Amino acid sequence: MLEIKDINVHFGGIHALKGISMTVQRGEIVTLIGANGAGKTTTLRTISGLKKSTSGQILLDGTDITNLSAQERVKRGISHVPEGRRVFPAMTVLENLELGAFLRRDKANIAADLKMVYERFPILADRKKQLAGTLSGGEQQMLAIGRALMSRPDILFLDEPSMGLAPLLVQEIFNIILDINNAGTTILLVEQNASMALKIAHKAYVMETGSIVLSGTGEELMQSDGIKKAYLGG
Amino acid sequence: MEQFLQQVINGISLGSIYALVALGYTMVYGIINLINFAHCDIYMIGAYVGYYCMTFLGLGVFASLVISMAACVVIGVAIEKIAYKPLRNSPRITVLITAIGVSLFLEYVTMFFMKANVRSYPPLTGILAENINLGSIFISMKQILIVVITIVLVVLLQIIVRHTKLGKAMRAVSLDKDAAELMGINVNNTISFTFALGSALAGAAGVLVGIYYNSINPLMGVIPGLKAFVAAVFGGIGLIPGAFIGGYFIGAVEVFVAGYGNSMYRDAVVFAILIVILIVKPAGLLGKNTREKV
Ligand SMILES: Nc1ncnc2c1ncn2[C@@H]1O[C@H](COP(=O)(O)OP(=O)(O)O)[C@@H](O)[C@H]1O
Ligand SMILES: [Mg+2]
Repeated sequence: MLEIKDINVHFGGIHALKGISMTVQRGEIVTLIGANGAGKTTTLRTISGLKKSTSGQILLDGTDITNLSAQERVKRGISHVPEGRRVFPAMTVLENLELGAFLRRDKANIAADLKMVYERFPILADRKKQLAGTLSGGEQQMLAIGRALMSRPDILFLDEPSMGLAPLLVQEIFNIILDINNAGTTILLVEQNASMALKIAHKAYVMETGSIVLSGTGEELMQSDGIKKAYLGG
Repeated sequence: MEQFLQQVINGISLGSIYALVALGYTMVYGIINLINFAHCDIYMIGAYVGYYCMTFLGLGVFASLVISMAACVVIGVAIEKIAYKPLRNSPRITVLITAIGVSLFLEYVTMFFMKANVRSYPPLTGILAENINLGSIFISMKQILIVVITIVLVVLLQIIVRHTKLGKAMRAVSLDKDAAELMGINVNNTISFTFALGSALAGAAGVLVGIYYNSINPLMGVIPGLKAFVAAVFGGIGLIPGAFIGGYFIGAVEVFVAGYGNSMYRDAVVFAILIVILIVKPAGLLGKNTREKV
């Protein structure tokens, strides 16, 4: 459903993405792993339209979206949980969730989706009047994911959702990701926690300094010696 | 005591005007981190539009107010699109200098067309020309009009910002542009909308000040603009309630200094307050020095 072809991205003189290509099939969980600074965040930001590519093509369901605004891409079913959660701290949990549905007009369905998010994350229902900035890190991550679901995405990008969370919470976040995928949403997951990401991924790409150096099924990469050494601690 | 109450009433009237102007400074700062130096000239243009409507078109106060607000919306949004939008990714100092340029441009273009001389608003008639005397305290209907219109506008603004989709978009963009964009919010339109709201309030303030002091001129925005800016900083720049409180505070300070001290010092005291805030609590009365983060 998502295909990116030979994408190049520059920040001034820095060549951050050097001809990246990857595909994500409908229904899959695809993970993108790699060291800090490899270009994972930039890849997601380029696909969701926050950063312009200098060359290359992005196709969503066969349509070229390379030159569309971020807003148009949200309309076409892309939703992005950014690195560091980026909830709106001075707005309430409910307002954050409502903003997730910003482009939607179907009031009844929005209400139903809000209920769905509250069922998935009961803590958000308890705190709906609370300012998002006062939530704990794990709660903010749940809010960021819930907010992204409020646009009813076809494909969900998650940028290091486990960052800075206690191990128990990390497990919970991964269960949630699996759940969302089982409910029919395609997932593109960026992670530093390579072992957990590879475990749940159908397909994986490995990035190093702006290029994709390896790809395969999650299973294959977990067995690969290079990956074991570099990312799985042995 | 009576003199004190009289000063309070005068302070509230003047403070209303500062509050309306300060709101525009603070909203624009909140959304693009720009001190919009041209904002005080929007207020001046608002005063001229009101003058034109009342003097040459013979319109009433309310019609003139609405037309002036609408004209200021058009000018404010045009300034944003023409002068500031192309500089969205430029260093802040570039935009700041552009704002000063726009400010001078508006002042001298107005001077060219309207001449530099002072113009007088026509006197109000009917009930609006009345005064109320409570003992030795004196309240003019003008003052009541100013305060009532200010309160109505501020309540409307609060409703827009708190409860409408555009208002929520505005708050989201001012908190985090990238995240707002990921919600599908059109950041450029939201910035224009912010300029529209701020300019409408400045336009209203221009008409009200014309009614209150009767006289207007092309440079009338400069000093009140600076004071409204101080008001916004006092309350916490970027915070709507802060600008409102700051406006009344600065209005009161000015009136009291003039009333009890020496009116020569009233501007100096306002700017001394700015210096004190910047030293003691740069984030302002309602501002937090650090953002909460877990
Ligand atoms: N806003 C930016 N300005 C300049 N360089 C940037 C910016 N964002 C990212 N980069 C550079 O792009 C490269 C990739 O960064 P990033 O995508 O954040 O990596 P990752 O998410 O894999 O840690 C890094 O070298 C980083 O320094
Ligand atoms: Mg990253």
